[in-house]
Amino acid sequence: MSVLVAVLLGFVVAVFAPWISRLLKDSAGWALAIVPAGLFAYFASFLPLIASGETFRESTPWVPYINIHFSFYIDGLSLLFALIISGIGTFIVIYGGGYLKGDRDIARFYLSLLMFMGSMLGVVLSDNLLTLFIFWELTSFTSYLLIGYYHEKAASRRAALQALLVTGTGGLAMLGGVILMALAGGSMEITELVNEADVIREHGFYIAILILVCAGAFTKSAQFPFHYWLPAAMEAPTPVSAYLHSATMVKAGVYLLARFNPILGGTDWWLWLVTGFGAVTMVVSAWLALSFTDMKRVLAYSTVMALGTLVMLIGMGHPYAMQAMVVFLLGHSLYKGALFMMAGSVDHEAGTRDVLLLGGLRKVMPYTFAFGTIAALSMAGIPLFLGFIGKELVYEAALGFSPAPVLIIIAAVLANIALVASSGIVIIRPFFGEFKETPKHVHEAPVSMWIGPAVLGVLSLVFGFLPFLLSDYIMVPAASAVAGVPLEFYLAIWHGINLPLILSVVTLLGGILVYKAWDNLRGSVMPGYKTAFATLPEAAYDFSLNSMLSVAYWQTLLFQSGNLRYYVMTIVGFTVLLVGYPLVSKAGIYIPVDWSDIHFYEWLLAGLMIAGVLAAATARSGLIAVISLGVVGYSIALIYLLFSAPDLAITQMLVETLTVILVALVLIKLPGVPREPSPVGRARNIVIAVSAGLMVTLTLFAAFTVPFDPFMAGYFTENSYVIAHGRNIVNVILVDFRALDTLGEITVLAVAGVGIFALIKLHNAVKQAKEEGKI
Amino acid sequence: MMKSLILETATKLLFPLLLMFSIFLFLRGHNDPGGGFIGGLVGAAAFALFAISSGTDKARKLLRINPTFMIGLGLFFAILSGVISVMAGTPFLTGQWAFPVVFGADLSLGSPILFDIGVYLVVVGFTLAVIFSLEEEG
Repeated sequence: MSVLVAVLLGFVVAVFAPWISRLLKDSAGWALAIVPAGLFAYFASFLPLIASGETFRESTPWVPYINIHFSFYIDGLSLLFALIISGIGTFIVIYGGGYLKGDRDIARFYLSLLMFMGSMLGVVLSDNLLTLFIFWELTSFTSYLLIGYYHEKAASRRAALQALLVTGTGGLAMLGGVILMALAGGSMEITELVNEADVIREHGFYIAILILVCAGAFTKSAQFPFHYWLPAAMEAPTPVSAYLHSATMVKAGVYLLARFNPILGGTDWWLWLVTGFGAVTMVVSAWLALSFTDMKRVLAYSTVMALGTLVMLIGMGHPYAMQAMVVFLLGHSLYKGALFMMAGSVDHEAGTRDVLLLGGLRKVMPYTFAFGTIAALSMAGIPLFLGFIGKELVYEAALGFSPAPVLIIIAAVLANIALVASSGIVIIRPFFGEFKETPKHVHEAPVSMWIGPAVLGVLSLVFGFLPFLLSDYIMVPAASAVAGVPLEFYLAIWHGINLPLILSVVTLLGGILVYKAWDNLRGSVMPGYKTAFATLPEAAYDFSLNSMLSVAYWQTLLFQSGNLRYYVMTIVGFTVLLVGYPLVSKAGIYIPVDWSDIHFYEWLLAGLMIAGVLAAATARSGLIAVISLGVVGYSIALIYLLFSAPDLAITQMLVETLTVILVALVLIKLPGVPREPSPVGRARNIVIAVSAGLMVTLTLFAAFTVPFDPFMAGYFTENSYVIAHGRNIVNVILVDFRALDTLGEITVLAVAGVGIFALIKLHNAVKQAKEEGKI
Repeated sequence: MMKSLILETATKLLFPLLLMFSIFLFLRGHNDPGGGFIGGLVGAAAFALFAISSGTDKARKLLRINPTFMIGLGLFFAILSGVISVMAGTPFLTGQWAFPVVFGADLSLGSPILFDIGVYLVVVGFTLAVIFSLEEEG
């Protein structure tokens, strides 16, 4: 099995997921979980190779002439992500089967989720920049489907669209960034660009690359001020939030920055931009979590806090920061995945997830409570849990950040205090205290819904207790991959009594105090804080979206007047300007002087045409206008005949005939064409019409000034019979030599035909409905 | 629809003639003036005449195929002729030829005829889709 197969497996199984879901009904979740579980086992088989310091790369050509390949690269970083994605994915599929049991659209959930998993694996494993971008966009696209799962709810649709627009806009910026990077470094493969890092950092494009790539990463990873889409995306079913909005998709931006750190990192720009955005996001969102009582919102903002921390660590760039980054990343994925699933179980069983309405659930939901608590303790950074080690390392990294250690350490402690309080909010409030009556009769969630929190929670404890299990196998290679140079370290539970430990104690005490004061805080400062940092950025999004819509509305009204006369005027007027200007400025006006070889019958035909045109223009009735135009059309056909082009002449005749039939059919139904009433309007129409005629005439005259190139004509004449076995050159050109043009033309004809057909039928349907009094 | 005995009687004679002429134009297109587009227009004119004299219901019944379906079918044939070229390992829409001898006559059969059938069908389908629905427009 190759990595390509592993990445595409999710997509392939996704296609069959609806059938599997229908066939196996409630046990489909367990069955489909075999896919991510198998992928986890497959990726785990790379662990010994990666632990020994090697990497693995494979490449399959996709569009080789523009350097797009399915090239996949496995090193510590991509392996860590792949294991998180497939490992947590296993439990999410099982959990989803329980959470959405009996839902009529559950098949669609499996389909989108497996496709998402495939895309996410593609993002973290791709070595080719464009393949990476395609998978990146696929994650945005599939997450749109997943967030909007409850598509009958307006809030869901809004959240899905918001996430798509924010991450999609960022994705476009990132595309620009990676293309510039490929131009600057001369390769599409990340592994090759790493060797060109110095060239790229010195390149004139560097600042642009940096800003564009950061725009992609910051929007995807919900960095302030683009963070608002993530809490809004909590409208999604909880398994989706647990997967996309904690462990995977939102970490794609973090992955991207970590992956590009060896290429773009190490400059002052990188340092301040990435660390700055990360640190601000970390502090702002950690406290925003405290302004909500909805468990999922609290967890969502604490996720944004974690994303901020990770981005900040990547920006710092020194070895401690890299070490902290990978440990915090894994720690967060484990506890946050478990906590989201726990929140979903509470919501599912109790009918609400508002902590103010919940209480005393520990006795009725013992498993959910127990495993949720383990995860929450890890989030709070209590010793013996993986979260503790992660937090210690973050403090250590902050202390080692030489440009501004005090500023960063204060920010980190402040943020972690709020995180401890959040842990209390999601555990103590719903599970302790007196039992409160809830909208639904509460009982324990089914096994499918607590097995995930159980495994992830217990892993937080095991890795916290025995961190050396992680060090050599995955953490050292992962941190080395982010740093771009081999690092050496080992993880331990106990570092002795040092500054980070003292800070941890401060954090814990501060967190307890904040938790105690939470009810007061919510009543006093939190509303204002929330307005400033959560409502305002989202209002800015709404404002820009609405402005765009108003401009679109305004210009649609301007151009789509619904009056055929104005459409024709616009089209003809613009054509005259667009053709006329270059004609006059580039080619010049040319009027032939020699009129001697024009025969009298040609003059006669020209006179006939002019008479026809004048008659059409002044006609009082539509029928006369049509017939007059017919005179012009048939005269043109005669001219074709005179210049020996029988094919054209026949076509022109037939088209004229059918046009008369068509127009006659329309005219019978029409109330009659009203004349332009005002003299000004008539003058304007005359100007437009005459200039259009003039433009065509002058263009034809100008064509005479260019000497006729007989190459194509000669080629067609010589080869029409030899190659294409036909003597009628015109037809051979149409169906053979230039068949692609014809294919384009008949496609336009087909689209126009279906369009006209639909318009007429729709008109009929509306009329009928009106007659029946339905509308 | 126009109720006219003269038109109806004339159509009975003209309709088969026009259809045969349409096929004739289509087939001779390769060596003489004609081809899918022109043939299609004449074919469409035949059915349009029939629709005007006897009504679209009868015309649709006579045509058997829905005009919009004909449009799709036409595009299908045109693209198919291109796909054949790709299957033969040549660029899209390169003519592929075979020269079988049928009853002693040398024939040159090529994929462009398939393409031209496609053009013919799209033209007939388009024209009739528009004319029929305009006629039926109450």
